[in-house]
Amino acid sequence: MDFTVILQAGIASGTVLLFATIGELFSERAGVLNLGVEGMMLIGAMSAFSTTIATGNPWLGVLVAMLFAGLISQIHAFIVITLQADQVVSGLSLTFLGAGISLVLGEGLSKAGTVALLPDFSIPLLTLIPIIGKIFFTNQSVLVYVGYLLVPLSWYYINRTRPGLHLRAVGEYPSAADALGINVFRMRYFYVFVGGMLAGLAGATISLAVSPGWFSELTTGGQGWIAIGLVIFAQWDPFRAAVGAYAFGALRRLILDIQGPLVLLGFANPFYYNPYLGFFLQMLPYLFTVVVLVIGSREAMRKRIGAPAALGNPYVRGERGK
Amino acid sequence: MTEQISSTEQKLIVEMRGIVKRFPGVLANDHVDFKLLHGEIHGLLGENGAGKSTLMNVLAGLYRQEAGTILVNGAPKIFSSPRDAINAGIGMVHQHFMLVPSQTVTENVLLGLDEPRFIMNLPEYDSKIAALGEEFGLKVDPRAKVWQLSVGEQQRVEILKMLYRGVDVLIMDEPTAVLAPQEIEGLFDTLRAMIAQGKSVIFISHKLQEVSAIADRVSVLRKGVATASGVASKGVSRQELARLMVGRDIIFALDKKHCQPGDVVLDVRDIYAENDKGLPALRGLSLNVRAGEIVGVAGVAGNGQSELSQVISGMRQCKQGQVLLGGDTVSNHSTLFGIQHGMAYVPEDRNHVGSAPNLSITDNIIMKKYRKSPILKNGLLDMKAATKLANELKQAYDIIVPNVSTRVRLLSGGNLQRVILAREISGLPSFMVAVQPTRGLDVGAIEGVHRLLLTQREAGAAVLLVSEELEELLSLCDRVYVIYEGKIMGEIMIKGEGQDEALVDTIGQMMTGTPLDQIQKEGVVANG
Amino acid sequence: MAESRSIKQRTPLRIRVEPRLSEPPAWFPAVVSFSAILVALILGGILISFAGGDPIRSYIHIAKASFGDIGVISDTIVKATPIILAALACSVAFRMKLWNIGAEGQFIMGAFGASAIVLAPVLPAETPPWIFIPVMMLAGMAAGALWGFIPGYLKAKFNVNEIISTLMLNYVAVAWVNFWIFGVWTEGGFQMSPKFPVAANLPRLTDFAKIFPIFRGLTTHLGLVIGIVAAIILWFIIFRSRWGYEIRLIGDNPQAARYAGINITKNVIWVMMLSGALAGLGGMSEVTGVVHRLQTAPLAAGYGFTGIIVAWLAKLNPLVIIVASVLFGALILAGREIQPSGVPKMIQGIILVCLIASDFLLRYRIVIERGEE
Repeated sequence: MDFTVILQAGIASGTVLLFATIGELFSERAGVLNLGVEGMMLIGAMSAFSTTIATGNPWLGVLVAMLFAGLISQIHAFIVITLQADQVVSGLSLTFLGAGISLVLGEGLSKAGTVALLPDFSIPLLTLIPIIGKIFFTNQSVLVYVGYLLVPLSWYYINRTRPGLHLRAVGEYPSAADALGINVFRMRYFYVFVGGMLAGLAGATISLAVSPGWFSELTTGGQGWIAIGLVIFAQWDPFRAAVGAYAFGALRRLILDIQGPLVLLGFANPFYYNPYLGFFLQMLPYLFTVVVLVIGSREAMRKRIGAPAALGNPYVRGERGK
Repeated sequence: MTEQISSTEQKLIVEMRGIVKRFPGVLANDHVDFKLLHGEIHGLLGENGAGKSTLMNVLAGLYRQEAGTILVNGAPKIFSSPRDAINAGIGMVHQHFMLVPSQTVTENVLLGLDEPRFIMNLPEYDSKIAALGEEFGLKVDPRAKVWQLSVGEQQRVEILKMLYRGVDVLIMDEPTAVLAPQEIEGLFDTLRAMIAQGKSVIFISHKLQEVSAIADRVSVLRKGVATASGVASKGVSRQELARLMVGRDIIFALDKKHCQPGDVVLDVRDIYAENDKGLPALRGLSLNVRAGEIVGVAGVAGNGQSELSQVISGMRQCKQGQVLLGGDTVSNHSTLFGIQHGMAYVPEDRNHVGSAPNLSITDNIIMKKYRKSPILKNGLLDMKAATKLANELKQAYDIIVPNVSTRVRLLSGGNLQRVILAREISGLPSFMVAVQPTRGLDVGAIEGVHRLLLTQREAGAAVLLVSEELEELLSLCDRVYVIYEGKIMGEIMIKGEGQDEALVDTIGQMMTGTPLDQIQKEGVVANG
Repeated sequence: MAESRSIKQRTPLRIRVEPRLSEPPAWFPAVVSFSAILVALILGGILISFAGGDPIRSYIHIAKASFGDIGVISDTIVKATPIILAALACSVAFRMKLWNIGAEGQFIMGAFGASAIVLAPVLPAETPPWIFIPVMMLAGMAAGALWGFIPGYLKAKFNVNEIISTLMLNYVAVAWVNFWIFGVWTEGGFQMSPKFPVAANLPRLTDFAKIFPIFRGLTTHLGLVIGIVAAIILWFIIFRSRWGYEIRLIGDNPQAARYAGINITKNVIWVMMLSGALAGLGGMSEVTGVVHRLQTAPLAAGYGFTGIIVAWLAKLNPLVIIVASVLFGALILAGREIQPSGVPKMIQGIILVCLIASDFLLRYRIVIERGEE
């Protein structure tokens, strides 16, 4: 086993989580918890794949995926922002809805053949860096590079720009933002939409780049939920989100690859000879998510930092006695 | 209605005509007229709930009036958001500050502005804001995060926010409620500096003496109706203003019977505790309360009062020291331990701590009684007995609702407080801690709460009353401790009427951090 | 001015939304929920026709295939049985605002625990049913409770978000059971265990066909009784017991609960265990009443997720859950034959969305009035 190959594939696989995590991060920074990531990712994966089949153009697939998932996210936005319903339950329902719609519209897609995929390429010069060049800059999908750009840009946007300042204010203290003329409702709709689009992009990354195709609900396999867990681990910071997402991507690849070789670290590979042990490997990403959550939560408790203060609460203007 | 008797040639800057604002079930403003002159400090007086803040929220663009017009410099304006009002030169500093705690002072000031367009160069704005603060005597570090600032500093940030936006009219909603007497002077200086620069100020308050001290003219609201409009504050007596506010003469003296205090019931010994942010909130605080007396804790908000009550009730851990109730240590136990030892607790936050909003009155009443007979019968809750109890208390405590299955979130503040007091007092406590029990209530409700506290005292209970209303403490308490930064600055005995200027001055000094013994050494001896 | 003229001439309808200041009448929530379902079915129909189906025929088919005759009604009830227990599990956790969405995993672990009694074997195959069934019930509940305990403990001790942890444990549960039925208890290398002995199966109506010929072919099993009894007991726990009062208080306002001297940490763990035990009981009922062998595909069929919707539809009331479960049982039963196959899932999603949206009407009043001011 060549670990640089695993890590290289892990980065690609982690890009899926990265998009979903950053998307959820934006939504939560604006004060809206959206548990529908899994559903929106399914919508994205399905619509990217089916658009690409229909048109032969994967870029169009990505675009449609982002718009469709963004559109679906607006159902959640309407229910929790305008109708002020519970964000947890609404997010759950979005997961059901997204899964259901993608199953209905994706009927028969799994039998479709191969499609035109998004291009892979290497970055000249950067590939020459030992190890790093191989892992990060060689034969990666274009979306992986998009991911590299997204992380610092998100951080800069949130912490150093005027709209970022407003975004933070809306998530921390919406009535303060409202009193100064920031449209809290519009901002929240917008960032839920951003979250939806990025979840859609995450879905498209799966079906058009990382593991091409449509395998109904198995396409995402719970990655949407892992992304929500990673936001907590990341303490709402894009760089920490990137670390978490890539680490998880590498873990997923490792699990797939570890079952292949006959010999592992000089021993007969137990996972090859006893395939049922593979089920324990399958548990790992999910168990790790729980571990990562424990780490993130303990850290938040110790540092007394935490979620955006208004996360999960509807904003009601001028309510008396509150 | 007292007519306007202004004779100056000052020009009108804001005029509100026939403002009507309704909330579900309440007519908050009933055809109110209001006129603000250029370069004046205009006091807006009224009791809690008289509609002052509502009227000003309409002017500041936060609420939309149902009828009536607003004219600024003679031109009619329609404000659909606070931004519109600010653009017309009207800004408001709310009672609850509208600041984002995790952001810096500069970030808070810049919030919502169009400038800078996209990328923020914070150091450049830091110095701009520091200069502006200098100009108006508002000293605050622009780079500090808001959560690190004291309440007084936060108020300055709020004022800076409005000045930076270049407002001509500043509305201050109960600005002194969070300040110590000495800080109030600083605020008044700032306001005067603003007037000197040609700005105008509306000063909302329910405290007569403050309004007469700072305002040029006064308007008074009562139950949503203007009872006085722009009278010169020099030409009207306090008694008269009081009558305009309340509609009858205020009875200042309560019928406080003489009680002989008994044994020490609550003994707080040298406690240390942290606040929610992990910063020290109580630093070696000691006090005691005896049976049959009401002991007050005076102080400016945020000096450890909340933490003190939480440590006593068991809702917060203390790092050091102990709280004894009738000889048993109750600190660092569960809240249940205190309840079982006869402690009643009227928390500061009625809605978020003292009650369960979506449960019925009955469910809220049995909150501390469901563990034993008659509510618990054969291991199950006897809901008939619970309903009966709730109905009895509804009668006894004047809780005005159709029936006791109403969810408490539908109750008014006064009714909710009566539910909480009914629950706490009906447990026949030997000790009760009440934090801000009258905040936000109207005068009738306040009197009721005061009477209930005095009844407790006469019944021989020990009562610890934490309040920011000095008047309330002076009229109810037998003794008052003054708290500052988590320490007791001294203890003052209250004798008789207690509306003594020297006494108030002494307490004021203690509230800003001068210990009593030091004040006495310097010769300003209180009658204590 | 133009503005004032237009106001005088037209008296438009104005729609105002204001918070309710008094309790709506008792029938109102039921009507709102019913209307929400109706709207959901209409929206679902629109989507079905989008996907190339015929919504009216689909719905007629659903109705016929689930309530057409006594045989299918019985099948509907069989489908409703696991949903009842899963929904009860969700309802008790949700009442405390513990978002246990791991009923699916706890359900599967319950089935595993019950199966282990047969497969380990803990009891020999000759054991009489009256011993087999109670022991399997206890084992199922214990395994489910354990699966609820883990996220409960993490929540109580480390404030770990239970939504994610319970969901992650769903996947772990499936992998865990797959390991056993593939690696240890496999039947001929397939991913399933051998069939259980008859004594370990819950009795079905058809088993009594010799005495009551009308029961011939009816697969409704004892699990229904277990579900109904569990619902009644849960109702008493929630509304008439000390513990239930504490659960309701914590759910509405944890601060107030602490104020009232209630230990929240302990309750979080206990409630998660109760929730897990109920879901585990559901898994036991399904594996011993329907599947009769340990196998993941028919067990991990989304009952735990449907339970979430049913619990919400029933407004967390244990007795209403029984009725709501039958409706969803019908949807799932009939849905198997509908094309495209994702339709039942989608309709469930739409129903939940509409239900949540409709809650707005319970909190706010919509006033339509004529006039400009």
